[in-house]
Amino acid sequence: MADVKALVSRLMTLEDRIIACMRCGNCQAVCPMFGATHMEADVARGKLALVDDLAHELIRDPEAVADKLGRCLLCGSCQANCPSGVKIMDVFMEAREIVYNYLGLSPIKKAIFRVVLAKPKLFNVGMRIGSPVSHVFFKKDNSAQQTVNSPLLRPLIGDRHIRSLPNVPLHAKVGSINEPRKSGGLKIAFYPGCMGDKYYVGMAEACLKVFKYHNVAVYMSSDFACCGIPAISSGDGKAMVMYLRKNLKLLEDVDFDYIVTPCGSCAGTMKEYWPKYAHRIDDTAYYLAKDIAKKTMDVTQFIVDVLGVHAMQPRDSAVDVTYHDSCHLRKGLGVYTQPRELLQANPGYHFVEMKEADRCCGCGGSFTLFHYDLSKQIGQRKRDNIVNSNARIVAAACPACMMQLEDVLASNHDSVTVKHPVEIYAESL
Amino acid sequence: MAREALIKDFENMLGKENVFSSEADRRTYAYDAAVLNPVVPAFVLRPTTTEQLGQCVVKLYNEGIPMTVRGAGTNLSGGTIPDTSDTVVILTCALNHILEINTNDLYAVVEPGVVTADLAAAVAAKGLFYPPDPGSMSVSSIGGNIAENAGGLRGLKYGVTKDYVMGVEFFDATGGWVRSGSRTVKCVTGYNLAGMFIQSEGTLGVLSQAVLKLVPPPRASKACLAEFADLQKAAEAVAGIIAEHILPCTLEFLDNNTIVKVDDFTHIGLPRNAAAILLIEVDGHPAQVADDAEAVERVLKACGATAVHVAKDAAEKNQLWEARRQARPVLARVKPTTVLEDATVPRSQIPAMMKAITEISKKYRVDVGTFGHAGDGNLHPTFLCDKRDKEEYARVEAAIDEMFDTAIKLQGTLSGEHGIGTAKAKWMEKETSRGTILFSRRLRKALDPKGLLNPTKLVGIMGGE
Repeated sequence: MADVKALVSRLMTLEDRIIACMRCGNCQAVCPMFGATHMEADVARGKLALVDDLAHELIRDPEAVADKLGRCLLCGSCQANCPSGVKIMDVFMEAREIVYNYLGLSPIKKAIFRVVLAKPKLFNVGMRIGSPVSHVFFKKDNSAQQTVNSPLLRPLIGDRHIRSLPNVPLHAKVGSINEPRKSGGLKIAFYPGCMGDKYYVGMAEACLKVFKYHNVAVYMSSDFACCGIPAISSGDGKAMVMYLRKNLKLLEDVDFDYIVTPCGSCAGTMKEYWPKYAHRIDDTAYYLAKDIAKKTMDVTQFIVDVLGVHAMQPRDSAVDVTYHDSCHLRKGLGVYTQPRELLQANPGYHFVEMKEADRCCGCGGSFTLFHYDLSKQIGQRKRDNIVNSNARIVAAACPACMMQLEDVLASNHDSVTVKHPVEIYAESL
Repeated sequence: MAREALIKDFENMLGKENVFSSEADRRTYAYDAAVLNPVVPAFVLRPTTTEQLGQCVVKLYNEGIPMTVRGAGTNLSGGTIPDTSDTVVILTCALNHILEINTNDLYAVVEPGVVTADLAAAVAAKGLFYPPDPGSMSVSSIGGNIAENAGGLRGLKYGVTKDYVMGVEFFDATGGWVRSGSRTVKCVTGYNLAGMFIQSEGTLGVLSQAVLKLVPPPRASKACLAEFADLQKAAEAVAGIIAEHILPCTLEFLDNNTIVKVDDFTHIGLPRNAAAILLIEVDGHPAQVADDAEAVERVLKACGATAVHVAKDAAEKNQLWEARRQARPVLARVKPTTVLEDATVPRSQIPAMMKAITEISKKYRVDVGTFGHAGDGNLHPTFLCDKRDKEEYARVEAAIDEMFDTAIKLQGTLSGEHGIGTAKAKWMEKETSRGTILFSRRLRKALDPKGLLNPTKLVGIMGGE
């Protein structure tokens, strides 16, 4: 059983970080999973204990531990609230990679991570074929969120309410962009993220509109690969390195002041994980990734902090808008004042705070694919808070959250619609 | 009955989703917040109604299976760690309903799994106040608070959990349903079983409901922070404030080691040379608060405080509290293992106790940061170590032994608020008496003839006469 020995010795590298957990249990207060199931194995303290048990061969069932590790949104609420400062997200990411490597990645995930997301061109072709035929499967559900629902595909995707795929993704609409600086002004690399490029195309276009209005020169490649968060969440470090090589190549020779993205998850990954994984490539890649990480900014942060856009007095006729904090933005990057400020930069809107604005929406990226029932249950609490705020619109600065919010609102037949703060600001220009 | 058949029965009783029997799940109920070895239970039950809770107890008693009740598992003395691998853990987390908040008669009726902070918030929303505020209140449950008689920062003025329990309902070891106390301020019907149940650490019964006293909230508060170059002077200041007949709602203390470590970590500009700082908050009627705050400042200065900072508004008050809030988290980050003790002495003995702790720390070469509730004499000497280093951990254990000896010599107690559990059982007789142990044991045996309720906790039920 040399394999088990390797598993154990790799897990033991996490021991110094796990032992910092004093098992106070404070994570129970903020964990969305625990809030839904009240099971100890679903909260950070329980998972850390299980990884530690596996490392010490007190439990000999890596599959069971892998299953428990997968029941986590990676929202980082526990880490943000941990009195002992345990680096819980790092431990979980590394533990997932070690345990899933030992067990082997499922063929479906392998196909998605190593082929589809790694090869944007292939992904794009698939989308172009998929989009026109999607009306065969998806039916309009007449919801305020303009989502569709697919009774035919229910066995595959559950009773989800999602936006129908746009006919043309962003990169096909606008192609690669590489503008010269406008009279010595700013230049940014714009990284729309997979969701911005292929799903919330209107939102990505709103970003470009804002940049144009503020005379910001833009670089955008139509070949950008995925940021890697779905892969590393599933423990697939190899796929992450594949994407990273590609993305670094597309960024290495470009001169830009900031790299800006409208996706909180992409921003978090680029800032925190790109340098870590670039280490696996070589020193040059590492320093490049570190430099990119330093320049990475969420789009609302860029517009408010760099472009200096500020709140205005709302008009009397202003529409109430509330804001949901994306975990990767607030808990990961500490960005939460800027999106609120940006919403108020459009005098047509009046900002109202909802209860538990920073509680996870329950999407968790690929979590929702594998645990839709839990995802929905967690999302319901968010939905209740949104509806109770009496806002007509809920804004979120992360497309994954937007998709989740649209799903829970549509399934409840609510009239609240979902927008990115950038879309709201862009309306005023 | 064979384990599998038993699990099947419980699944029929509670639903499959409320019986956890997989190895991975069981291992996550093997520990609590105490630095003790885990014990993996046989399986775990999560009743969702009071009736189910009673049925679980009856069945386990009939089968002769030991049981440990668990709320949030934040216990610091091992009270929620299973006694043996045959133990069945009963979770209260699904019994988490606030049944009533009565604003006319000032009480709340709750199930055992209600989270303390949730109750406090629900009560506050109705314009009332539930004062007990144990450090773990964001997750701890009322059942656990009652079983341990949890304290907190407001003990000096507002008392602890026992001062807010008006009545309880619980199942005894055999599943018999017991009620004691009522919704009235006065109630002398029968033995004060509620009083006996509080602090019984899961050894006398399984709580199913509690009636808790609520009070009107204070209308104003004011906080200040005082620095001292000498511990004795800080203690005199504490005595001086009480002598002025002022009862601050909180009167907290940080020693030099804690101050330096908090400042290292947060850079909030704490007085690194101070021997101690006191954090004092008074609350009540606005006029009273203004008078009290002035008197407190006067006493602090008269007692030789080297500096006194009075918070002018809520934001400043929040800033002053930052040092105290950070004490435990910062100490927890210094070394992997944090042993948080709660030896308590009469308030006037704090300087003697602090002197002893300093000497013990030197003698055994262990790093100890001390903070705590100076108004109650309730200190939290926090031992910073790495339990994997066996030699160091042996020194920590020896140091803790000596610290308890000192606390008892100073007419104090082993535990102000964390409980005895298994962690401190061996010192019980030293503080109390042989007779106390035997009395407690006979009481347990009479009420729990098979010895199934948390058998090794507090005073082990199996111990001889």
